[in-house]
Amino acid sequence: MLDTELRTMIDEVKDGRMDRRAFVQRMLAFGLTAPMATQILAVGGVAMAQSPAPYKPTKRGGGGPLKLLWWQGATLLNPHFATGTKDQDGSRLFYEPLASWDANGNLCPILAAEIPSTQNGGLAADGKSVTWKLKPGVKWHDGKPFTADDVVFNWEYARDPATAALTIGVYQDITVEKIDDLTVRILFKNPTPFWADAFVAVVGCILPKHLFAEYKGAKSREAPNNLKPVGTGPYKFVEFKPGDLVRGEINPDYHMPNRPYFDTIEIKGGGDAVSAARAVIQTGEYDYAWNMQVEDEVLLRLEKGGKGKTVYTTGGDIEFIALNFTDPNTEIDGERSSMKTKHPLFSDPAVRKALALLIDREAVQKHIYGRAGRTTASFLNGPEQFVSKNTKWEFSVEKAIQVLEEAGWKAGADGIREKDGKKLKILYQTSINGPRQKTQAIVKQACRKAGIDIELKSVVASVFFSSDVANPDTYSKFYADIQMFQIPMTQPDPAQHMRRFHSRFVATKENKWQGRNFPRWVNKEFDAAIDAAEAETDPVKRAALYIKANDIMWQDTVTIAVQHRLKVGAAVNSLRPVLSGWTNDTDNIQDWYREA
Amino acid sequence: MRQYILRRLLIAVPSLLGISLVLFTVLALAPGDPFAELVTNPNVPPEVAAALRTKFGLDDPVSVRYLRWLAAMAQGDWGFSFVSRMNVDTLILQRLPTTLYVIGSAQVLALLIAIPVGVFAATRPYSIFDQIANTLAFIGFSLPTFFTGLLFILVFSITLDWLPFVYTTDIKATGIRWVIEHVRQAIMPVMVLGLFQAASMTRFVRSAMLDVIRLDYVTTARAKGLGQSRVIVKHAMRNAMIPVVTLVALQMPAVFGGAIVTEQIFRIPGIGSLLISSILSNDTPVVMAVTFVFACLVVLFNLIADILYGWLDPRISFR
Repeated sequence: MLDTELRTMIDEVKDGRMDRRAFVQRMLAFGLTAPMATQILAVGGVAMAQSPAPYKPTKRGGGGPLKLLWWQGATLLNPHFATGTKDQDGSRLFYEPLASWDANGNLCPILAAEIPSTQNGGLAADGKSVTWKLKPGVKWHDGKPFTADDVVFNWEYARDPATAALTIGVYQDITVEKIDDLTVRILFKNPTPFWADAFVAVVGCILPKHLFAEYKGAKSREAPNNLKPVGTGPYKFVEFKPGDLVRGEINPDYHMPNRPYFDTIEIKGGGDAVSAARAVIQTGEYDYAWNMQVEDEVLLRLEKGGKGKTVYTTGGDIEFIALNFTDPNTEIDGERSSMKTKHPLFSDPAVRKALALLIDREAVQKHIYGRAGRTTASFLNGPEQFVSKNTKWEFSVEKAIQVLEEAGWKAGADGIREKDGKKLKILYQTSINGPRQKTQAIVKQACRKAGIDIELKSVVASVFFSSDVANPDTYSKFYADIQMFQIPMTQPDPAQHMRRFHSRFVATKENKWQGRNFPRWVNKEFDAAIDAAEAETDPVKRAALYIKANDIMWQDTVTIAVQHRLKVGAAVNSLRPVLSGWTNDTDNIQDWYREA
Repeated sequence: MRQYILRRLLIAVPSLLGISLVLFTVLALAPGDPFAELVTNPNVPPEVAAALRTKFGLDDPVSVRYLRWLAAMAQGDWGFSFVSRMNVDTLILQRLPTTLYVIGSAQVLALLIAIPVGVFAATRPYSIFDQIANTLAFIGFSLPTFFTGLLFILVFSITLDWLPFVYTTDIKATGIRWVIEHVRQAIMPVMVLGLFQAASMTRFVRSAMLDVIRLDYVTTARAKGLGQSRVIVKHAMRNAMIPVVTLVALQMPAVFGGAIVTEQIFRIPGIGSLLISSILSNDTPVVMAVTFVFACLVVLFNLIADILYGWLDPRISFR
């Protein structure tokens, strides 16, 4: 493929024989987009041209208050304990990571002096270590200097199981060592192509060692600063009421020039999404509201008022239908959907194919998600270098009928197709959520036309997504034939997103249904692609492997993508928020400003 | 009197114990998981959520958890919230002033409307005033608060743009402006709650008054040549207030309940919205504490009602 050619070109850029712009243009000719080309350059050993968002204010402060409205308020302000985005968003005003993600999924230095790359010696050639240089002269809000000790401490803090940190998954398998006061090195056990997880974005927020050192481990809950953050961020802590209000004021010693723009900041919590949209778009009482899970129709109507508008950011969040490869109706050793069974209907690939032909993604987009969704055939939809161009989707009842007829599924007296005494009756479950129930209705209607009888089931979200072993209605038990929900992509890398379908993660009674491969799909070729990708340090080959893995899933119809979902926020017209689909809304809060 | 109160308080102990047992069991049986949000997050391995469940004792049997809760409670330890990892009592105390302010104002408003209107309507039954008052009262208590709340927001915030509909606890102004802002943002929620309460109370005051006003001693008072206002206020009203006091006292906890919806609509950071968000995130210790506080309020207001009877009607003695 274009591998060798690409490699030569990267070398040319490195040696200065070709300039970056020319490289990007050549890549565009290959059908790759600009952000992807720059990404390839970065991992190919060329320092990324740092692309800070155009930030216009020429002095610090003077912007008045910034009022944010989160319809679920932050409940705690220690980033290591954050259970959801709301908590991460609140802590991120005060605490900072080494680097954050921009809209294109590129890293921007925050507390780091520069982004590690092969060229600046930050990335080891074997992919087993990363060296971060810290920005000198950064001070905590209480005046103490920020050093490598703080970074190392955060690793020790989070990886201690007694601390009960939710970021433990990020830190438990790495080693962090201090090189000097302003340099730390992260060591990985295995070559790690995606090294930008620890100390990056919201999970990477760094706590001050001098205030938390005594509260590592079992005493973590007692730290007084859990509720009174002292960070390095653009805003200093003023007040916190869990679930209701987070308030901060400008940090006059902030380490980035001319930032922040606003004098005070607040995140008000509570209420519901629709009225939050109203308070921003219609009345302008607030400047920005998060996570507008509101029907597009309603948003369009509110926008007619003209005080604010919705803003969209693209990440990799995917709403999809998963097919059960085991039999949910047969119990073996006290376990339904056991690996010892095969699904009576879906073991015939024709049924899976037909089902995929019966999901009218365009109707779902048009009538349900509107501007907040895109149709797609793939499970993996970003970042761009990982997106497959080989998959396609189609909605056609006729073709579905044809596929089923050819496979021997004949319509019975009641219009429902059957073969060998097995009827095409499918239980379709999802969590209770307006758009999901509407999607269910659209699918059910189309399936009915093709002679498939769908029974709909909806489970309260708190049960559906619970890890309660005793409950039969959780998504991981999957006691249904098909189920639909959304899996968010929390970082611009497919590793975690794709790994879950590896056969070693099958959810069973034995692992208390903690495995993440809930369709219980086993495919050796897919496993091999994932294993290879996780050890592959060549970015181009690695991307190709993930594309291959995605294509195998598509061919096998393991999941049927319903909608590639965008993140929706609402902002008043004058506000210039800096957002990214790859990270939390407040991850670049220092760059927000208002234009008159 | 003091002995009576002491005895009543002692009787309250077993009933509160029973209530707590029922509440705890129901909550423990309810499905859900405080760490549900972690499950779809690919960054958090499933073992982490499982380890947290064990650490917070969620995997222990219900009986063990209840005894542990009871023992802690007896020492004044309300436990801590799984979600915010904060002490539950701090959380509740933080929310209490706002709830008391809003509900207190609503209740005062309701009484200020209900008593004069009800009494006046009863003195002239079936007059035009009585008819109008009755009709309005019916409309008032037929409309649920979530409906009137949204209606008020649409009319006063969005169409007229007079009042804010997001309640903020930290108002930056000082002095008189601070007071004005506080009153301004409380107008809508207080009206919604107050008018709803006033509606049913007006009907109650009216019928209680009608019962009393026909009694012989009122006629006697009139025959003595006392003025109408004196007869109504001094003789009839005092007696008519006995059932009203019961109603008001017993309704207090229900008002807290009714405020849950209103608090959610107007984003008032009160106990009600704390309860809702805790239920949604399956934060059992907080739900348990808040419902238990409600239970205590019921018991307490019952006691207050009984004591007020004695003050209103000296014939009732405490024994």
